[in-house]
Amino acid sequence: MSRFLIIPALLAALCCSSAQAHRVWLRPSQTVLSGAEPWVTVDAAVSNDLFYFNHHPLRLDNLVITAPDGSEAEAQNQALGKYRSVFDFSLQQTGTYRVAVVNHGLFASWTENGERRRFRGTAANLADEVPAGAENLKVTESYGRIETFVTNGQPNDTALKPTGKGIELVPLTHPNDLYAGEKATFRLLVNGQPAEGLEIELIRGDTRYRDAHDAKTLTTNSNGEFTVTWPEAGMYWFETSVQDEHTEIKEATQRRMSYAVTLEVLPQ
Amino acid sequence: MKKKSVCLGVLLACGLWQLNLGVGGGLHAAEPATQLEAKVEIPRLNVSEYHRPYVAMWIADQDRKVVANLAVWYQLTGSREGEGTKWLPDLRQWWRRSGRSLQMPVDGVSAATRPPGQHTVKLSSDDPRLAKLPPGKYDFVIEAAREVGGREMLQIPFTWPLDQPQTHAVEGKSELGKISITLTP
Repeated sequence: MSRFLIIPALLAALCCSSAQAHRVWLRPSQTVLSGAEPWVTVDAAVSNDLFYFNHHPLRLDNLVITAPDGSEAEAQNQALGKYRSVFDFSLQQTGTYRVAVVNHGLFASWTENGERRRFRGTAANLADEVPAGAENLKVTESYGRIETFVTNGQPNDTALKPTGKGIELVPLTHPNDLYAGEKATFRLLVNGQPAEGLEIELIRGDTRYRDAHDAKTLTTNSNGEFTVTWPEAGMYWFETSVQDEHTEIKEATQRRMSYAVTLEVLPQ
Repeated sequence: MKKKSVCLGVLLACGLWQLNLGVGGGLHAAEPATQLEAKVEIPRLNVSEYHRPYVAMWIADQDRKVVANLAVWYQLTGSREGEGTKWLPDLRQWWRRSGRSLQMPVDGVSAATRPPGQHTVKLSSDDPRLAKLPPGKYDFVIEAAREVGGREMLQIPFTWPLDQPQTHAVEGKSELGKISITLTP
């Protein structure tokens, strides 16, 4: 597990030079539902503040909705706006749905005619974009998961099963069973293994209506777990990231993984 | 449709009453004694848009686990089957503790919403929900949520079984009026 350990200072220096302050999120219209066929609408955006659309929409190319039986549910009414993207889906089954945008790609930088060049894309089009034998070529693989959960009726765990890739959340407390004043415990996995020492930044939404973001920093223990006691009800968001050298893309020398989730905490 | 659903709440009691007649056999066989009677006042509210509240009543143990569902009043009519169930999670404690694991409607528990006024829910002594209740400390809990309105939850603690009749009352502040339960040994 220690191979996934990373010094926070190093992380800060290496990652997200431009995107550091930006928060990536999916925000469902509600998380606890009932009825014959309830619908949920989800906003997806990249912004500085939670949960306001003021920067970029989140692209939905890699959106996957996992239904309570493990099958894939279909997103409908997708739209890409100036500041947010949006989609709906109907909850035809009872149980918990996992809504995730999983981006797997790379970031390349090199020198061409004395100028610094950059490219963001996938392994498939790397060769088209980067000249053969490019000088000072540095390729970083990225694997990011952005997700949220909604439940129709009784919560279940089928859709929550980890895939073993990137950073994933194993909720020891069900993500749609969170209440103000109560404790919740989560485990974070990196490539399916509990990851110790991951730093989590936890923020409650409605940041516009207070002076500070009041971000809470938490760290996973030797079991890859962390516990939070929800101070009040609201939509919460947390993020974590880690870097290693276990790349899947052969040109890449390092790999950056990130995870962001939106969770609703209900009042008692 | 609505009338039918109102009857649902008393169906169980009716059924038990008939059963008692059968067993007793005699002309003097009476309706089984009421052992728990809840009087529920739904207040008349001076609001521009009024909808009858959704109301749930249950008995909770010391771990807040639901040991008996007494009543759930929700909108049973609508253009689509099961339409009114959409708002059941607004009874958020009941939903968490019990509702989300139930298949609505529940015989003898679910019924149509009630208008403002006083309503009574009775459980007879041979109702399994009481007959099977192990001795201990419990809470009678009532939760109300109203569309375009608020939510209120009240609790009345009691000990089961009891030696003599007891009446406990609480007063709601917004969505519920006076609530009382009378328990008879």
